[in-house]
Amino acid sequence: MEFFDNQKKLFGATFIMFLGLTILVAILPAFRNQRNNAPLPDAPPLSAEAVKGKAVFIANGCVACHTQQVRNLDMDKTWGSRPSIAADYADIHRTDIWRNTATLMGTERTGPDLTNIGTRQPSREWNLVHLFNPRIVVKESVMPAYPWMFTIKDEPGKDDVVVNVPEEFLKGKTGKVVAKADALNLVAYLQSLKQVPLPDGRPVPEFLYKREEKSTAGGGTGETKGPDGAALYATNCQSCHQPNGEGLKGAFPPLKGSKIVLDDNPETMVNIIMNGYNGRESEGFPPMPAVGTDNKLSAEEIAAIMNHERTSWGNSARQVTPEEIQKIIDAVKQ
Amino acid sequence: MEYKWFTQLMKGLLLAAALLYFMPLHAQTAGKPAFYFEHLDGLVLFLFIVVFFMLVAVLYLKLKTREMIRMKKRLQQRNAAKNFDGYIADLNSNQIAAYLDLEKKGDSSKSSPQNLPRLLKSMAVFVLLLLKGGMLFAQSAAPSRDSILGETGIIITIALLVIPIGAGLVFMIIKVLNLTRQNRNRLNMAEAEQLAEYLATPPDADTRSALLQRKEALDYRLSNNELSGGLEPRDEKGLISNVNLSSALPVVVQKKRAAKRPNVDPQLSKLVIWYIGCATFWLLFGTTIGEYIGIKFVAPDADHLSWLSFGRLRPVHTNAVFWGWASLGMLGLAYYTVPRVSNTRLASYKLGWYSLYLINASVLVGSISLMAGINNGGGEYREYIWPIMLLFGIALVLTLINFLRTIARRTTKEIYISNWYIVAALIFGLVISVVAYIPWWQDGLGETIIQGYYMHMGVGMWFMMMTLGLVYYYLPQQLNRPIYSYSLGILAYWTQILFYTLIGTHHFIFSSIPWWLQTVAIVGSVGMVIPVVAGTTNFLMTFKGGWHKIADSYTLPFYLVGIIFYFTGSLQGTAEAFRSTNLAWHFTDFTVAHSHLTMYGIISFFVWAGAYTIIPRLTDREAPQITVGAHFWFALIGLLFYTVPLMYGSTLKGLMWIEGKPFMEGVVFSAPYWLWRAVGGSLMWIAHLFFAYNVYRMLSGRGIVDVKEAAFEKLAAKKEEGTI
Repeated sequence: MEFFDNQKKLFGATFIMFLGLTILVAILPAFRNQRNNAPLPDAPPLSAEAVKGKAVFIANGCVACHTQQVRNLDMDKTWGSRPSIAADYADIHRTDIWRNTATLMGTERTGPDLTNIGTRQPSREWNLVHLFNPRIVVKESVMPAYPWMFTIKDEPGKDDVVVNVPEEFLKGKTGKVVAKADALNLVAYLQSLKQVPLPDGRPVPEFLYKREEKSTAGGGTGETKGPDGAALYATNCQSCHQPNGEGLKGAFPPLKGSKIVLDDNPETMVNIIMNGYNGRESEGFPPMPAVGTDNKLSAEEIAAIMNHERTSWGNSARQVTPEEIQKIIDAVKQ
Repeated sequence: MEYKWFTQLMKGLLLAAALLYFMPLHAQTAGKPAFYFEHLDGLVLFLFIVVFFMLVAVLYLKLKTREMIRMKKRLQQRNAAKNFDGYIADLNSNQIAAYLDLEKKGDSSKSSPQNLPRLLKSMAVFVLLLLKGGMLFAQSAAPSRDSILGETGIIITIALLVIPIGAGLVFMIIKVLNLTRQNRNRLNMAEAEQLAEYLATPPDADTRSALLQRKEALDYRLSNNELSGGLEPRDEKGLISNVNLSSALPVVVQKKRAAKRPNVDPQLSKLVIWYIGCATFWLLFGTTIGEYIGIKFVAPDADHLSWLSFGRLRPVHTNAVFWGWASLGMLGLAYYTVPRVSNTRLASYKLGWYSLYLINASVLVGSISLMAGINNGGGEYREYIWPIMLLFGIALVLTLINFLRTIARRTTKEIYISNWYIVAALIFGLVISVVAYIPWWQDGLGETIIQGYYMHMGVGMWFMMMTLGLVYYYLPQQLNRPIYSYSLGILAYWTQILFYTLIGTHHFIFSSIPWWLQTVAIVGSVGMVIPVVAGTTNFLMTFKGGWHKIADSYTLPFYLVGIIFYFTGSLQGTAEAFRSTNLAWHFTDFTVAHSHLTMYGIISFFVWAGAYTIIPRLTDREAPQITVGAHFWFALIGLLFYTVPLMYGSTLKGLMWIEGKPFMEGVVFSAPYWLWRAVGGSLMWIAHLFFAYNVYRMLSGRGIVDVKEAAFEKLAAKKEEGTI
């Protein structure tokens, strides 16, 4: 055919067709999206430290393993209370003249999603220890360690942020581990990652593909009803208090043999879970975040976690019921 | 004629059997639609297979009976006509001798075979079995009308019922086959007896002499030198070469050596060799990094240096193998192909060299900057900041101009399909780079929409497109036959542009980019079946009649693997795009496995195939076949070790996520599969060492003095000196 034997026509047509489709499926939707979305009214702008921290996040390629998107799927409920929407990303602009916009939604979830990490794990101390070497707090983690964001000083200054690193992770070095600006900024950025509630009246997008309740009928013990306390503990508590309940010496207090955990009256324990705790800062333990409130745990789930904690690692306190816990939650609500 | 009722009976039986089996099935599906959707699919499939085999058995029986009837008829006709001439004409030498010696004896026996009762009996068995099978089946089907069909117990029960039915089926088939054989033999024996009777009468004189003549003919033997004659062998056209005089057992199979190609411009040779040489370097560099970050999954504390941390090295790996290895390799092969199929010289060697420098500079500076922590943001494959990617872009512009000018002065009328794909890939590569790096449409989520488009167009419209173009030239060249269909190539070309361009956002299914855009991407992914099937068909049909050449060639296995992965890998991409599969696979290492199946299984294998095809023709030197073989097998086995466990493990991991298991459980669960990946990666890396060695051998030979060459050089030197 004449058309195919003329390179100008052939390649011209190829170019036009590709360009046309490109405009239709990429450029126009992108334009439309950036024009029709604005940041949510309640979304705070990043602080100066968080902006620097985001640069550290980008430079070290954290997006290779961490996503920042809660999909509208039931399985993604772990990562946020609602699916992410376009407006959540609307305030992200070009980094600088050299670097493109970094939306950081990611395509791999080798590590946890970070959309809501500021709410889920707000503790600066935990984040710093975890950055220095993730295996200090999460034994099976495969995340890289970032010791170059820290320095070791024999006598830390007044403003230095000292990180409590166990001796075996210091590789024979002595002195105190002090966080450098990079580490502090990065943690500031992580702490800023919180899902912003939608303005009142706006419908929250639904989570699709709801998980089916497993039918327990027809066999098995039939006793394992309600949420799995051990799994909930692993998701919400374990990174600080550790799988063996012994915590981390000098950083996170043990639950094993803890007076509060073993107390026959669960009120204090529920209060700490729901409202956080800073009663042991003098011993070097950082404040505990309000895990129950932050992660929107239900009374059933809290009861399951508490029962797990009260009966594991040699602990043997009486089991609590969800009804009992619900009452206390209502009472201690701030 | 008498037995016509018999065929009718068989037909009736067939129908009845079919009805018998389909009826309960139908009742089942109609009665319980809910059950049908959840669990019946597998069951129905299984039952259909059973029924299918039954039908095949019945059909076979029908044919067999027909044959028996025919034989019986023939026998009766013979009985009447006593026509055994056919047999007489077909006697072998020994039989003729026996026949001719038989003149004295004469004996006869009479037999009138009555096989009909037998036959009927066998049919009765069949019918009985059939009915029994049907009854059993009806039994198993009956409970399935009740409600609790989804229960595993019921399914197991049905399976247990079906097993004896199946066994009965097999038993029946064996029985029937035995019966037919016995019957056939009985008929044959009867006929033999009649023949013997006939043979008892001695032949007449004419027949006798004819038979004697026939015997002489049958006894004729060749003297074994009819074709060669008594002369000494001589190769006057120089067709035989590379004769192996030692008869030692070879370690590897000797394959055909590369045919020498005349008239390759030395300037072009040099350019192509440099492209492939640089590509080889980046392959080694990039995969060494890849291997190291693979190991880091198993040993996360391998080092604590910022420049070598996982997040920084990952883009170094991907970009080095993309822009360094695959792009340079493809371009090197394209620089040979474009002028060759245009039947002209390359327009400008200078521009070719500039492109090479620019791309190398881009990858070198890019790798260093990524390790130093300077990157463009989160988008995969556009981690190089724009000044670095600009170098690459300029190289593409120069190459495009070069190729277009070469094609413009072609001496063929048509533009060969290879050049379509190659030039189109360059145009697309440029378009996507410009779209990806211009900031106007990249605020907020706009960036993500562009990212999905860019990263998928990168692999599909740059790598895949150009590689396909190369295959359209190198594969027919290696098979020494034209491409099967030009039209299929053209169809694949336009449909690839139409569908592939749409599919970018399927990397962000369920994300906050517009739902309709996600749907368009899924539809486009399904549409990709057309170009993939067209391309695969085209390549495989080009192989038609040339399959035997694979055994003789050390390049064709690379092409074949590439084609197979082109088909499987691409269609896997389609399967991954669906919403339902996204549930389990998205965000897991399944994507990593998929990208290696395609970028490695397709692109790398084709580039290797091209390199082994072309370098020997440029340098007149070949790589040792044993190391080529080692390269091939290490790469293939390594790739399978890498991808298969990773796909399996990440599917299970995705299911754990769906179940809502704690995240760390999934990490712990993945550890063994990551170990497999490291093992597979190591094998692949070893393959690349072999490849690098092979390239070295193809370029510089072995460094060992060739006795013949050296002798003639010495001779020439002596002549010069005047000593001879």
